[in-house]
Amino acid sequence: MGVGDTIQSVERAAGILRLLASGPRELGVAELARAMELPKGTLHGILRTLVHVGFVEQDATTGRYRLGGTLLHLGSSYLDVNELRTRSLNWADALAGRSRESVWIGTLHEGGVLVVHHVFRPDDSMQVLQVGTLLPAHATALGKVLLAYDPYGESAKEPLAAHTPATLVTADALAKELELVRGRGWAADLEELVEGEVSIAAPIRDRRAVTVGAIGVRGAVERLAEDGEPRRDLVSYVRDAARAITRDLSR
Amino acid sequence: MEYVAAIDQGTTSSRCMVFDEGGRIVSVAQREHRQIFPRPGWVEHDAAEIWEAVQGVLADAVTGSGLEPGSVVALGITNQRETTILWDRRTGEPVANAIVWQDTRTDSLVTSLAAHEALFRERAGLPLATYFAGPKIRWLLDETPGLRDRAERGDVLFGTVDSWLIWKLTGRHVTDVTNASRTMLMNLRTLAWDPELLDALRVPAAMLPEIRPSAEVYGHTEGGLPVAAALGDQQAALFGQTCFAPGETKSTYGSGSFLLMNTGAEPVTSKHGLLTTVGYQIGDAPATYALEGSIAVTGSLVQWLRDNLGLISSAAEIETLARTVDDNGGCYFVPAFSGLFAPHWRADARGVIAGLTGFVTKGHIARAVLEATAWQTREVVDAMNADAGLALTALRADGGMTANNLLMQILADVLAVPVVRPMVAETTCLGAAYAAGLATGYWPGTDALRANWHKAAEWRPEIDPAVRDAEHRNWRKAIERSLDWSTT
Repeated sequence: MGVGDTIQSVERAAGILRLLASGPRELGVAELARAMELPKGTLHGILRTLVHVGFVEQDATTGRYRLGGTLLHLGSSYLDVNELRTRSLNWADALAGRSRESVWIGTLHEGGVLVVHHVFRPDDSMQVLQVGTLLPAHATALGKVLLAYDPYGESAKEPLAAHTPATLVTADALAKELELVRGRGWAADLEELVEGEVSIAAPIRDRRAVTVGAIGVRGAVERLAEDGEPRRDLVSYVRDAARAITRDLSR
Repeated sequence: MEYVAAIDQGTTSSRCMVFDEGGRIVSVAQREHRQIFPRPGWVEHDAAEIWEAVQGVLADAVTGSGLEPGSVVALGITNQRETTILWDRRTGEPVANAIVWQDTRTDSLVTSLAAHEALFRERAGLPLATYFAGPKIRWLLDETPGLRDRAERGDVLFGTVDSWLIWKLTGRHVTDVTNASRTMLMNLRTLAWDPELLDALRVPAAMLPEIRPSAEVYGHTEGGLPVAAALGDQQAALFGQTCFAPGETKSTYGSGSFLLMNTGAEPVTSKHGLLTTVGYQIGDAPATYALEGSIAVTGSLVQWLRDNLGLISSAAEIETLARTVDDNGGCYFVPAFSGLFAPHWRADARGVIAGLTGFVTKGHIARAVLEATAWQTREVVDAMNADAGLALTALRADGGMTANNLLMQILADVLAVPVVRPMVAETTCLGAAYAAGLATGYWPGTDALRANWHKAAEWRPEIDPAVRDAEHRNWRKAIERSLDWSTT
């Protein structure tokens, strides 16, 4: 397609959105057809598509159209990571206190997990702050949570590198794992990034229930797992912290 | 499970936090209140509005959070210091808006007290400044017709915010030693109101609260909850950081910032513009003293950038904005909005942004805003080291701004020592909870509290020392440009 070429149906869709955005009134098909100088049939097709992607909503009683909620959130859906850290600070500290493990908060960044907050394990041992580090999404609990709930359906950066023998390296295995994560609401990595280390994470959501980050703990397999499974009490601590931050963000 | 609650009545909001035995936060509630600016330099609060907010957060955090009724066994109070409230003993209503610590209306009044400067230094441990409660009381008595007579009869009562809240919660008119040490009216050694200081400020004794230790049961709320501690916010943070040994130092980053160093059972007189204050007094034990350096504007500068300039939409975004550039672009921001506090104590200073060129962007200004907090900290640390004859080896930082990782890194770079954040950044609330828990036997002693302190994060200096020195020189030049501005 050349520089000057445009797609007619996209232009028409944009025209409809502009019309709907131009005033407070909902518009009917007849009004839209007149303003767009289009046959109702053509217009219906475009409207159906816009309703499908959530950019336009149809009023159930009047049958008239208005801008959809998804569109309204497009420009404002981004939660500043420093804001996320500020709002999470107390809950992350509390999680570190209860679990006696290091706490991590991450967001998706270029297919990986950007560490936006890190609380040391409360044993006063020598530890180095890891904020700003990029972790592989497919090999960490944080990453699995973020991939499983990503509103834009972002996928892990391919190929999936094998960090340990336990790392999930096929797209199929990862897809199955993400399905599991969605089903139970939390994720674990059992020595999939570093041998001897386990991580557990749960999603942080904003007021629209969009996942904006993940919070979790990371530590030695001896402390975090029992019989090859993440310890249930730690899972519930992590989920409690995630819910507390979610509550805070929805206020 | 039993818990301890603390109310933190701060400059911009009131909070209530509930803690468990490990010092971990169990629930939190927060409400903001209005900042009233009737004239340039004046800052007021509505004490009735503050009381409503405090009742609200107490209800939210204690009863509205799913904790079992009766599981909260003690309540501690910590508060913005020096803010001055006068109320009617009979109606319990404030007789005027509270004059907030930042307010500079007493500027000329303070200048007129110059003859007593040595007396205040020696007895109260404080320099002459608009900051403290005494001149604010005097101003209200002078400027409100009929008020002095009512105060002399004891019909109008004075209190700092701790005193106001304890009065409302328990009906007793008391204050704790740490808050009393900020009035310019208390003798630091006797821990009693000093007749000569009262005389110098012309404040009637009849309006003053009884001075009590920081931790003891003052009374009970209507619901039967013991109100068992009061500490000024910075002293509470010192306590929450478990700085129980001489030499231990903390810095709290809120609207303003405050460094306190525990100096033990003896007050140390500063030769470098710091002030001497009571750190805490637990029950019948002797008081512990502290050296304090206060910085008027740090976090509130970030809020100013948000509210007055609209450069950011939330305080946390300052870090995002500041990270759009690698340095300050030659720009320096001295936020002397109400003059400069320690170690300068210059009421005539006003804010300046120096070094502007066409190159400077809002990112550079955001960076200069964060650096201003760091350099002001450096000035106080230098003074503290000189007074105490020590060199700071690490800074224990707490408060809301510790969420800002870039600020923490800049602090480490500027101070040339590691900056450490404790596990609970909310040390102010924690300190008040600790004191209330000690008073009621919830915790057996300070060793149990020390065991709760853990390092949550640490930032180490990364800057080239030559760059640090050059930046320090530029900061000092910017400070000079802020001086001798206001003549009122």
